[in-house]
Amino acid sequence: MSETLLSKAVVLERLPGHPAVKAILAWKPEALLDAKFNRGELTLTIAAEEIRSAAATVQAAGYNFFEDVTAVDWFPSSPRFQLSYHIVSHSYKERIRLRVLLNGEAPAVESITSVWPSANFYEREVFDLFGIGFEGHPNLRRIMMPDDWQGHPLRKDYPVEGYR
Amino acid sequence: MTETIGSPILEAPAATGAHDQHMVLNMGPQHPSMHGVLRLVVEIDGEIVVRLYPEIGYLHTGIEKTCEAKFYQQVVPLTDRIDYLSPMANNLCYCLAVERLLALEIPEKAQWLRVLLAELTRLNSHLIWLGTHAMDIGALTVFLYTFREREEILRIFEGLSGQRMMTSYFRIGGLSMEPPLDFYARVQAFIKSFPEKIDEYSNLLTGNPIFRNRLHGVGILSAKDAIALGVTGPNMRGSGVDFDLRRDMPYSGYEKFQFKVPIADEGDCWARYQIRLIEMRESVKIIQQALDGMPEGPITAVAPKIVLPDREKMKTQMEALIHHFKIVTEGFAVPVGEVYQGIESPRGQMGYYIVSDGTAKPYRVHFRNPSFATLQALETMCKGRMLADVVAVVGSIDIVLGEIDR
Repeated sequence: MSETLLSKAVVLERLPGHPAVKAILAWKPEALLDAKFNRGELTLTIAAEEIRSAAATVQAAGYNFFEDVTAVDWFPSSPRFQLSYHIVSHSYKERIRLRVLLNGEAPAVESITSVWPSANFYEREVFDLFGIGFEGHPNLRRIMMPDDWQGHPLRKDYPVEGYR
Repeated sequence: MTETIGSPILEAPAATGAHDQHMVLNMGPQHPSMHGVLRLVVEIDGEIVVRLYPEIGYLHTGIEKTCEAKFYQQVVPLTDRIDYLSPMANNLCYCLAVERLLALEIPEKAQWLRVLLAELTRLNSHLIWLGTHAMDIGALTVFLYTFREREEILRIFEGLSGQRMMTSYFRIGGLSMEPPLDFYARVQAFIKSFPEKIDEYSNLLTGNPIFRNRLHGVGILSAKDAIALGVTGPNMRGSGVDFDLRRDMPYSGYEKFQFKVPIADEGDCWARYQIRLIEMRESVKIIQQALDGMPEGPITAVAPKIVLPDREKMKTQMEALIHHFKIVTEGFAVPVGEVYQGIESPRGQMGYYIVSDGTAKPYRVHFRNPSFATLQALETMCKGRMLADVVAVVGSIDIVLGEIDR
């Protein structure tokens, strides 16, 4: 399918049988804040406090392989941070994106390492380079930068070169 | 914000029980078997590994941050340097992602050439893996054999792009130039003789009792653990998970090629060794199909505002000169949106996540590199085994530190 569905209402109308959408709606419809289908990719925006349960829900729905989590800094707009979780299904041969929007200087969300242990390094990387905390992470410390580094390099208010 | 400083494993062990018998050993970052600058903090009880912890970041160069300050086309040479042993796979992944953002149609010949080069890159990468893996275990000769064949691949790359390793041959919208006249004949000659070379490596290693004993039953990873720990590619297929992006979520025309995806259930170093040997043979088949069915036509998309014009046209046509000037000085705007492109790199599932804000520079580029996740499974594979097995396991999972640290 190559068409573009840009709002939650349209996605729910056109893709009611999509396994991830169905699972999220059956679990907690109010946790699904937004949805879009663009360039062949389904993006589901999840309420920040529900991300761990949402991850467990899509995992139970057949999206078994966690691929990646990363952040985008939309500084200076608000909400500032976006977390993108990419999850692949080996049986549906399809990828979905869970998206979480976060605000504030030092935001935090629940870690999904209890659902997929593979999120461990990825969450550490986001913590290191963006300064987003993950509650319940077994070993949340810097991974790329030295332990005594000040600041978070991938934030947009951190310069590419020169002095901070 | 709470920041834990210092690694918990480096703290003094509690002075009670069996724990005070353990020794913490530091392997790397400068260690001949660590494939770059990987540092492993290993807690050992005698010679048995109790805990193992990879400490990474020694090669971190902030490529993702650098990309945000470059035009889209200027990122291509940076992607070579992420995984410097399989540059074309990185180029391919990046170009496919930007092309999806731009909704560009790539001509068939460019797609087929990309597949051919991606598979040559796989051979190149697997040859280095085989040589260094065998060398780690003490079979030094194989290294010399595999680098002999790798040299021919590098020469083909050099003829193609002018560079041996950092090729940057792929462009957004196609390829940088037509392959040289002798390219197809050289590739044909290479893959004609290559299956015999694989037999040669196999003769040196498969029946070798030392090599066998060092790999059989060592570094076992179950299918469940492989999925839970994010292991992909040949390592995951060695654990019995049947998934390959080339076959299951095809890109760049892979659906037109026939090839088998090897699977093994044992999950040990031996299974991973055999899977990669079979993968090399399958790559040869894909390259042969690409050579036989290579379509005619252009190698770049029709998109004058994105693809640089021919040198000849620039000298005779005003528009071509203007487009060239515009692309080089201002780049090209990419529509707002986000895209995640996954490909099967020689090491596993590679994914590039690009967010565009509608300008000529990417707002955010993220690289999902297979080695980074594979490293998380190292402790599971090494726990309870001898220290010397760590070297065999690190060799068998085929990591590249450039793409781990980025």
